Amino acid sequence: MTRTTIEVTINGVRYRHEVEPRLLLVHYIRDVVGLTGTHIGCETSLCGACTVLLNGAAVKSCTLFAVQADGAEITTIEGLGEEGRLHPIQEGFWMKHGLQCGYCTPGMILAAYQLLQRYPDPTEAQIRHGIEGNLCRCTGYQHIVEAVRYAAEKLRSQKA
Amino acid sequence: MIPAAFEYFRPTSVKEALALLDHYKDEAKLLAGGHSLIPLMKLRLAQPRYVIDLGRVRELEYIRESGDQLLIGAMTRHVAIETSDLLRQRCPLLAETASVIGDAQVRNMGTIGGSLVHADPAADYPAAILALEAEMRVVSSQGERWIRAEDFFVDMLTTSLQPGELLVEIKVPVLPPRTGTAYVKVAQKASGFALCGVAVVLTIDQNGVCQHAAVGITGVAPKAYRARAVEHALRGQKLDASVTAAASAKAAEGIDPLEDLHASAEYRAHLARVWCRRALEQARARV
Ligand SMILES: Cc1cc2nc3c(=O)[nH]c(=O)nc-3n(C[C@H](O)[C@H](O)[C@H](O)COP(=O)(O)OP(=O)(O)OC[C@H]3O[C@@H](n4cnc5c(N)ncnc54)[C@H](O)[C@@H]3O)c2cc1C
Ligand code: FES
Ligand code: FES
Repeated sequence: MTRTTIEVTINGVRYRHEVEPRLLLVHYIRDVVGLTGTHIGCETSLCGACTVLLNGAAVKSCTLFAVQADGAEITTIEGLGEEGRLHPIQEGFWMKHGLQCGYCTPGMILAAYQLLQRYPDPTEAQIRHGIEGNLCRCTGYQHIVEAVRYAAEKLRSQKA
Repeated sequence: MIPAAFEYFRPTSVKEALALLDHYKDEAKLLAGGHSLIPLMKLRLAQPRYVIDLGRVRELEYIRESGDQLLIGAMTRHVAIETSDLLRQRCPLLAETASVIGDAQVRNMGTIGGSLVHADPAADYPAAILALEAEMRVVSSQGERWIRAEDFFVDMLTTSLQPGELLVEIKVPVLPPRTGTAYVKVAQKASGFALCGVAVVLTIDQNGVCQHAAVGITGVAPKAYRARAVEHALRGQKLDASVTAAASAKAAEGIDPLEDLHASAEYRAHLARVWCRRALEQARARV
């Protein structure tokens, strides 16, 4: 089968690779680029662990071919904070115990990122609606909702 | 969970896409948002040799008003329909329906065209498309034709689209004054798909008499359907709670409901009746 050349920018870094068209974006990010912060949970489009931002929109990277992302800007969890300087959403998850095993967390944080861009001051219902596509087997969601609310406040105060 | 190998094409115009479709015929599959097709390919329930990605056919992504009609390009994403000010004002039913599809990630990728052509019996749009009496414009290298909503859905996962045809546009009417609409849904918990979804368009005159009623129901039968018996029971009647309740009792009349591990046939028929009443009440309150 013919391979296709794609060019993507992930967390500000440009990559160019030849890939098989059937390669899923999540496998491209993890296995070809080597960024393993993006997790694979269900592989059936349901759990959201593989969520990344594609041109700013949260998508499940297990349900996209890498070739569809040709030319796109992608943000993965590695692109949010820095060593020793957490992004406010990451800080919220830490402060409010928004994680236990941490498996769902990268996807959860990126879903929350999009949510807070759309609704800087979200209601609880908006938060729950916004993370509907992300399953967590540990926390029971309450702490995640609190983490997102913490992040929303922090982000707003940074802007003010 | 690894799809079978395929060759990939990324046309940038409808014309180019049609030429590819003509060339590869049955061995080709169109890829829109991929949120029905890719899961099937991962399970190898679909193994197209050629995939034609419509993702860059920008001419198919639009929502605009033309006279008393609203025109929506087939590649318009669910999120664009959910958040469109034009639709919220002129056809809120479609925006409301889009807002409850799957989850935020699914709505960012999935398209109205892909959803309609896939014709999942539990998809949300078909109910609204039927209640709105929408029309679908399809093109092929032979020309174009319009298909009415009721002729579009043929059976489970089957539409009246012919091989070589591409859905390009959905046309819905701007709703007349004194019209209320609603889409309500009982979702299957894990996927979000509808166990039962009811879309209602109601026009009521100053005296409270129903001038027009259209009810589309999805999730219940092998394909979404118009609940004609309900509509007949409403038209010309002064609407109150007892009239809508009596009409809703006919929501599953003449239907052979689906049965699977999520819900029995009897339960689906029950959901259709109960949620039809709720949808009618909500639409009536919004007139
Ligand atoms: C986790 C999850 C939850 C979901 N929940 C819901 C839900 O609650 N309600 C709901 O309604 N849907 C739901 N969906 C389905 C989702 O809405 C899909 O996006 C939609 O069904 C298909 O649209 P698509 O653009 O992704 O199409 P694709 O998957 O790309 O295509 C679907 C089919 O249509 C064909 N096709 C696509 N576009 C055209 C065209 N323009 N002309 C001719 N043929 C075309 C393709 O060849 C393919 O056979 C869910 C999906 C997932 C993964
Ligand atoms: S791994 Fe992609 S949704 Fe679960
Ligand atoms: S923290 Fe374990 S799955 Fe969410």
